[in-house]
This record gives sequence, C-alpha cells and structure tokens, in this order.
Amino acid sequence: MATPEDNRYAKSHEYVHLEGDVATVGITDYAQKELGDVVFVELPQVGSQLDAGDELGSIESVKAVSELFTPVSGEVIEINEALADNPALVNTDAWGDGWMVRIKCTDVTEVDELMTAEEYDEFIEKESAH
Amino acid sequence: MTTTVDEPTTQRDVAQKSATEPLIFERSKKGRRGYQLPTLDVPEQALDSILPASLRREEIADEVEVSEVDVIRHFTRLSKLNVSIDAGLYPLGSCTMKHNPRINEEIARTPGFAWSHPLQAEHQVQGNLELLWHLEQTLKEIFGLPRVTLQPVAGAHGELTGILMVHKALAKTGNARKYILIPDSAHGTNPASAAFAGYQIKELKSNARGTVDLSTLEAAVNEDVAALMITVPNTLGVFESEIKAMANILHAKGAYLYCDGANLNSFVGIARPGDMGIDVIHSNLHKTFSTPHGGGGPGAGPVGVSESLVPFLPTPTIERREDGTFYCDFSHPDSIGRMRAFHGNFNVLVRALTYMRSMGPTGLRRIAQIAVLNANYIRARLRKAYHLPYDAPSLHEVVFSDKLQTPKDVHTLDIAKRLMDYGFHPPTIYFPLIVSGALMIEPTESEPKEELDAFCEAMLAIARETEERPELVRSAPHTTPVRRLDEARAARQPILRWRK
Amino acid sequence: MTLPDPTASSNSHRYISNAGEDIREMLDTIGVESVDRLFDTIPDAVKLKGLLDIPGPWSEIESRRWFRGLAARNKSAADHVSFLGGGAYGHYQPAVIDQLLLRAEWLTAYTPYQPEVSQGTLQSIFEYQTHQCLLTGLDVANASLYDGSTALCEAVLLAERLQKGKKKVVFAKSIHPHYIETVRTYMQNLGIEIVEVAWNADGRVNLDELRAASSDAFAVAVQSPNFLGVIEDYDAIAGATEGLTRISVIAEATSMGVLAPPGQHGFDVCVGEGQAWGIPPQFGGPYVGFMVVRDALKRHMPGRLVGETVDVDGRRAYVLTLATREQHIRRGKATSNICTNEALIALAANMYLSLLGKEGLREVATQCLQKAAYMRAKLREIHSVELPFDGPVYNEMVVRTPFPAEVILADLEHEKILGGIPLGTFYDGHANDFLVAVTELNTREQIDQYVAALSAAISRERR
Repeated sequence: MATPEDNRYAKSHEYVHLEGDVATVGITDYAQKELGDVVFVELPQVGSQLDAGDELGSIESVKAVSELFTPVSGEVIEINEALADNPALVNTDAWGDGWMVRIKCTDVTEVDELMTAEEYDEFIEKESAH
Repeated sequence: MTTTVDEPTTQRDVAQKSATEPLIFERSKKGRRGYQLPTLDVPEQALDSILPASLRREEIADEVEVSEVDVIRHFTRLSKLNVSIDAGLYPLGSCTMKHNPRINEEIARTPGFAWSHPLQAEHQVQGNLELLWHLEQTLKEIFGLPRVTLQPVAGAHGELTGILMVHKALAKTGNARKYILIPDSAHGTNPASAAFAGYQIKELKSNARGTVDLSTLEAAVNEDVAALMITVPNTLGVFESEIKAMANILHAKGAYLYCDGANLNSFVGIARPGDMGIDVIHSNLHKTFSTPHGGGGPGAGPVGVSESLVPFLPTPTIERREDGTFYCDFSHPDSIGRMRAFHGNFNVLVRALTYMRSMGPTGLRRIAQIAVLNANYIRARLRKAYHLPYDAPSLHEVVFSDKLQTPKDVHTLDIAKRLMDYGFHPPTIYFPLIVSGALMIEPTESEPKEELDAFCEAMLAIARETEERPELVRSAPHTTPVRRLDEARAARQPILRWRK
Repeated sequence: MTLPDPTASSNSHRYISNAGEDIREMLDTIGVESVDRLFDTIPDAVKLKGLLDIPGPWSEIESRRWFRGLAARNKSAADHVSFLGGGAYGHYQPAVIDQLLLRAEWLTAYTPYQPEVSQGTLQSIFEYQTHQCLLTGLDVANASLYDGSTALCEAVLLAERLQKGKKKVVFAKSIHPHYIETVRTYMQNLGIEIVEVAWNADGRVNLDELRAASSDAFAVAVQSPNFLGVIEDYDAIAGATEGLTRISVIAEATSMGVLAPPGQHGFDVCVGEGQAWGIPPQFGGPYVGFMVVRDALKRHMPGRLVGETVDVDGRRAYVLTLATREQHIRRGKATSNICTNEALIALAANMYLSLLGKEGLREVATQCLQKAAYMRAKLREIHSVELPFDGPVYNEMVVRTPFPAEVILADLEHEKILGGIPLGTFYDGHANDFLVAVTELNTREQIDQYVAALSAAISRERR
C-alpha cells in the first residue's frame, strides 16, 4: 500500500496527519505488518499533556509489545475508542480507521521535522535490509 | 532410515484426536455427586444462630454436579491430550525435561512428611528439620558456597531472593546502587526479578560467541552497578570461560556476581559456582534435581550465597545444635525477611533430596556428562541441515535457527509444529532473543541414543520436507488433538472462564 | 584420585540410559575422543579435581529406609489427632485425586507453551479459573501463584499499578502474620508503606482506624476468616474504605462454600491459599496461591491466563493468552516475575472442586461451621477457659487458659493431640492463647476428647 503523501512520519513508525493544529497519530502500514495481529492498544487519557517523544501508549500483538511514542507535543483531545473492541482495525486500516489519538499541537512546526512519505519509504527499505 | 508423515498418516490414535473433551461444567447434571462425607455427628444448630445470613451465601451458583466416574473419565481423557516426558523426548531448551523417578513421589507421600503441619513445635518435626538441614549441606557442596536458603519456591522466586540480598548487603554499606547488568541472552525472569527488587536494568550485548566480552563488562561496571546477573552456561549452552575474571571485575568495584542456575544440569559435579567466584546462585530443583515439572510447577528455587551475603539470608534458617537436634533460627538482624509463608515447598525439597541421594556424587557427575554428550550428538547430527548461529562449543543444549528454511517460507514455528506430527514435543522456540528464529534443544541425560536418533531423523525429514513440500510443514501439525490455534482471537476478545 | 570412566558399564546409572558402546559411538559422531573433551570450555582452574563429597548413590531400598526413618521422627496428623490450622488445614482428600495426579501426562509435562500438545493442561487451567470465579464472585482468575502469602504480594503490586502517586497500603493486623512478613520483604525496596490496623474486642478489624488509615492509601486488604478465626464484615469494610482497591485474603479456602463471596460485597481482588482444597499440609508446601479480579483489572494480572479460542478447523481449544503482561515478553516491565507456578496443585484443586461440587463444597463448609460451634460450646463449659474473641467464626478460634500455651499444648501432646498453635509466637501479650481449628476430619468423639484433655491439663497445671 502506498505511503500517503499528506502524512509525516517518525522513525519509530508513527504517522502524523495534520489538520489545522490537530494531529491525528497512528502507526504505519509497514509497522502493523511487522507487528502482526494487533490484539490490544493501550492509549493515554484524553486531556494528557505530552511532549514530543513521550510514550503515548503501547500496541500488543500476541507475542510482542511495542511502545507508541508521540511525534508532536500537545494535549490529547481524542482517542480512538473503536480500538478497544476492535484492535484489528490497526491491521486492516492503519491509515484510516486504525488511527490512535488526536493531539492539539502546541507547536505545529514540530511536524516539519518529521520524514516525508518519500523519506520514510527510503527509511524502511534500509531498515528491512538489515 | 527415512521417515515421512503425511496428512492422512497419523502416529496418534485417530479416535483420541477427534473426541475433544467437554468442560467439566458441561458434564454437570443436577443430582449427581462425586463425594461422600460422614453424617454430621454433632448436634446440628440452626445456621442463623451460628452465622448471620448477611455473612453467608445461598449457594455456589453454577458449580458442578458430577459423579466420581465422571471425574475420572474427564481427567483421564484430558490427560491424553498432553504429551509428557514419560512418553518420549521433550527437548524444551532451558527447562531440563528429564526422567522423573517415581521413588521421589513415593517418599514425598510418606504420611509423616505429608501430614506434618508447618506451624508445629520444633520438637515434633525433627525429621523434617533434619531433612532440610541435610539438603542444605548437599546443596552447599554442589554449589561450593557456605550457605543455602531453601525458602524460594521457584527459579524466579530465587532470583528475587538473591537480588534482595544483594540490595540489602549494598544498602548496609551506605549505597544500594542503581543497576543490575543483564546480558541480552538472558531469561525474561532476570530483568523482571531485578525490577521487583528495586533496580533498573542495563542490558549487555553478547559477542560473536554469544558470551559477554570482558571489555563490555569492564566498561559497564561502575559504582552504580549492584550486580551482574548471568546464566552459566548461557542460554546458548555456551560456558562463560572468563567467569572468574568477570567475578574479579565486579568484585573490584564492590559489585556482586549473580548466577541464574537454570542450566546447572550441564556442570553439576564437574565444577562449582562458588569456585568460579559466583556470589549468589539459584537452582531450579524441578530441572536439575528432577522434582517433576507438573505441567508448570510446583518447583523450588533454593539460593546459595557467598560468605558476605550470609547475614542477609531469609529467615528462618535451619540449624543443628550440638546435641544433634535441629531448630529454626530467626535471629538474623540483617535478614531480608521471609520470602514466603512457612518453609517453602517442603515436599518438592523432599523429592529433590531423594533424587540427590539416588544419584550420589558419581551419578550427579554423570548427569552433566551424558546431558552434554546427548546435546552435542544432536548438534553434530543436525548441523548440516540447520543453521547454527553461534558455533562456539556448547554444553547441555544447542540452539539452531531457521535461516536455511526461511527461503522456502518455512519458519521456526512451522518446524516446531511439524515435530509434533513425528511424536515429539518441540524445542523451546524464539528464545534466546539474540537468535532470530531460535530452536533451542535440550535433550537431557535421560534420553537413550535411539530416542535421540529418532528425533534427529524427524528433524532431518522436516528439513527435506521444507525443500520438497514446504506447505506440509507450514500447515502442521496435522495429527494432534487440535491443530494451530487462533491466538489473536484469544487475546482480542478474551474468554477466560466458562459461563452458563 | 581417578575419576570414573563414563564408558565403563560399572559406572552406568538406572536413570541415565546411555552407557558403554553407545557413548563411544556418539563420541565418534561428534568427533571427540572423550566425554571430558566436551567440557574443554570450562577452565581447569574452576573444575573439580574429584567427586562431590555427598552421600549416595543409593538404591531405592536405602532411600526408603533413610527417609522413612526421618518421617518417623515427626509427630504429625498421621499418628496424632490434629486441631492445627493457622493457614494450613487438614481436610478430606478424595482418593481419586492423588491417583490421577500420578498419571504421567499430568506429572511429567511442563508449562503448556505448545497448545496443540497441551490441551489437557490448558483445559484444566481454564476449568480451575472458572471455579475460582464462581467461588469468589469475581470475573477473572489466573492459572495459579505460589501460595497465599506471595499471592497477597502480587495483589498489592497490582493495586499499586492501578494508580499513580499513592504509596500506602492498609492491612488488617489480623491477616496471617507470615503473609504480612512476606509482603514486607517483597516491598522493601519499592517505597510502599504497609500500615496495620488492629482488631476490636470481637476480633474484627477496627473500622474507625481502618477509615482513618485509608484516607491516603491506594488499597486495603483484610483476611476473612482472619488469623484469629473471625469472619470479617465485607460490607462494613467496603463502606469504610471508599475509593480504594479492596483486597480480600482467604487462607481457609473451604470457607467459601458457605461464606458470602467477596466479589459481591465490594471487593475488587481476592487472593488466597488453596491448600484447604484437599492438599495435605506437607509442612507448608507445595500449596497453591490464587488470584481473582474484576474484569477491568485483567490486563494488570500477574501470572499465566488461559483463554478459549478455536483451531484452524474451528474446533474449540485453549491457549495461554494476554501473555504480553508476562516476563518472557515484557521482561523488566512485566506485571510479575513469576514463571513456574503451582500447576499440579491447581490441577489437584480443580479435581477437588469438581468432585465435591456444588453440594459437597457447601457440606464441607457447613460441617466445619457446625463442628466449630459445637467445640466452642463445649470449651465454654470448662471453667477458666476463655474464648477471647466473640465475633463469628468458621472453623477456627482462639482459646485462652490461665497458663502458657506451650505448657498446655505439651500436655495435650501426651494425649496424642496436636492441640493448637501458640498465638504468642506471633503477637505480644498473647502468651496464654492458642489457635484451634476443627474440620470435617475431626469427629465428635475427638472434640470431646480434646475438651476433656484440655480440662485435665488445666487442672494438672493448677496443682
């Protein structure tokens, strides 16, 4: 699946989709494939204040757990409640219904520091070569 | 010999696999009973006069009603869905699945042991205390260390005990320190135990042999490091030949050397932890000393310590008086305290001492010799067909990977499942974490050459099948009571109990 | 000295198959000339030069003789009438259980890592988990913990994880003293403070003190029946501890056959000791710890959990699940370090609970209640015997005489009665008190003999 051009990407495989000052954060399609069947997603409470790089939650597959980091600073204004009952959404639609949190950014320029789709594609190509 | 198991060819009883057993709750029928008590022989009083209704329950809703026949059938049929060491090689690496002698079971059931109570007065339980004392003497000799606590009831419990002692000993000097060093090849219990003892973990990278370089250790050890927790031999089965130098590095900085004794089976009677400079070691008695594994316990995890840690042992210790009587000594002001109610898993300790006596000094040494011989025999027979990621000489276990099979899209999990079709329990898989697609094989000393050969033939057949019919391997097992499970479904919508 | 040659047939051992020619063939395949060479990576400097200095090897004949000799030096419920409890109880064990436990498929398997060849163990654990839920009135039980004392440690750690900031846990002082000691050991470096609340004259926890202590705590734990034998009032305790994670501790598991389940009376976590389910006292272990929690807490559980799923053919099957909580995956951040637990004892408990079933569990509990009530009435008839705590009891009680407990108990021992556990061992100011338990194994005749012997002992000491 093509990496969407209108997102930005972190090295820890989160994507950020910015609309105004609200960032929607999820994990990339590459990341969900690496994880395998996602069975549980632990998300922060709405209202949490986070700095870029803070732990946002965790994603569990049957036999692994990965930490999720926020690429941007701000306040968590919404979490994807649907993942509680249906964590498989992360596998079936990472870019869409599998989103995780919405953050009201304190500094939208942080997003510019992240990788573009093209840069991310190159990044994962290198990573999977290891 | 060429062995091939095809889908329709089963080594198991077809009738057995087709009949999955209902839950005991689903067997329940109103009015059945599986017990009888003597008729109440004291005058019956109205319940309300003994206990107010607000403190009582009316019934245990949905509890079962089954007969003794139902129960025997149920648990006998369920048991047939398990494989076990009595039925054949069970090469689960790191678990030391060896023969479980039945004399151990018989002795543990001696009424004087089984019906002795943990809070009896010392003079009433001299036999038990003497037994514990002898077990400690024997373990002291095996470990080469001055004292051993028998209280911990599992390996991980022993780890926590040991690291708590290290913490207390260091705290006594004014600085409990912050970190425990743990190699990346370690069992998961090591970092978990260290964390519960109040420490942060620093991971040490293994070198190309899978062991820890002295320079890596030297660079990591400073005044903030409390101890190194290391498995000897490590989880690849490779002995840390520089163990004594490691101890010296740690001791020079005031830190301790903790040994995870899960792999003691490979050197018992050949070398002693105390002579290697090890300060603390736990031994999983259900592994090396063959108290049975019981489907996941009970175990026991006695901990031996060097002189400087003796004051911190859990209380009570068992001591012998000059008149030959035995007592529990609580007078250890620096003790970490009690690790568990009562005296630990006493009746596991009885089995372990029975085993140690059955083996004696020659038998214990032979355990290590033949366990290592058996593992190296498998290594030699399989090393052309399976990739050996670390080719340093190994002792009681050998770790292969699926590297030669992955080009056919056959992975460790598939190989493990296919082994079941050949009638073997799979090895430990995907551990240690430093090996991608690890297959960790520990045959133990129990296995006769024929059984090892049959296992090797099965592994070689699977390697051939991977080339010729990879789909057969990928879709295994074919002959087990159930086939591959949907583990994601179990975790996504957990059903953790029966409901009516 | 010369060490034994492993290939010499005189050195073979009955538990180790390979000997003689097989060893030489295997060495050839490996390509080394001797077994010793396989140990070259162990430096000579740390190798033993001789054999270990330990007894053996013994034949079964010798082992039986020596171990039976030791067992014969114990005085136990095998040859005395026992009224001992204090967290380890003598109950009826159906003969079926031990026979089934000796089946190789139960005894000699290990943790069910490979579900396709471990459905027996997995399904049994699933059933065991269900029994625990039905008994406690809570939602999710694990596959077992070591014992009651360590189960309480795990419960405190679980409760601490549910919140941030608070570091205090409130315990009723009447929780088994060994359990409290064990918790103190576990918590010593974790900054968790344990505050103990005393009991009232009736033996129940003091609710005013409990309420006061609870204000800045994250959890409260009480045992019922408590170490004094007295049954606590769950509803009243819940009312006094608003907002805390409430932990109920059960050291006498058969009591659940008749007592109100903690899950239906305001408790979030129930932990305890399953030994009373027909496991012999065996000097303190192995026993089986249990933990049952509300559904919302399941991802914070320590230890293994078995869940239901299906295989590729759609057949119902069982598997270890929610494993990401555990040490083999989450390592230093796991919910517990527990790995090997008490599976075989949990299996025995499953068998016991199934055999006794709905009616039997109630009947065992009711007999305990009735016999304890009978014994209390009889003891009250002895002049100068006091039952200092008058709260309701299940099958255990504190007995007080004008003389030191050890003296009285020694007198009872002469009558082949294990008459109680001195309370002064655990609490100051209770030198004349001892704990007496009675179960369905004790006959009316034994109780009458006990009362007569106690009465005689007191008369004797008075002279």
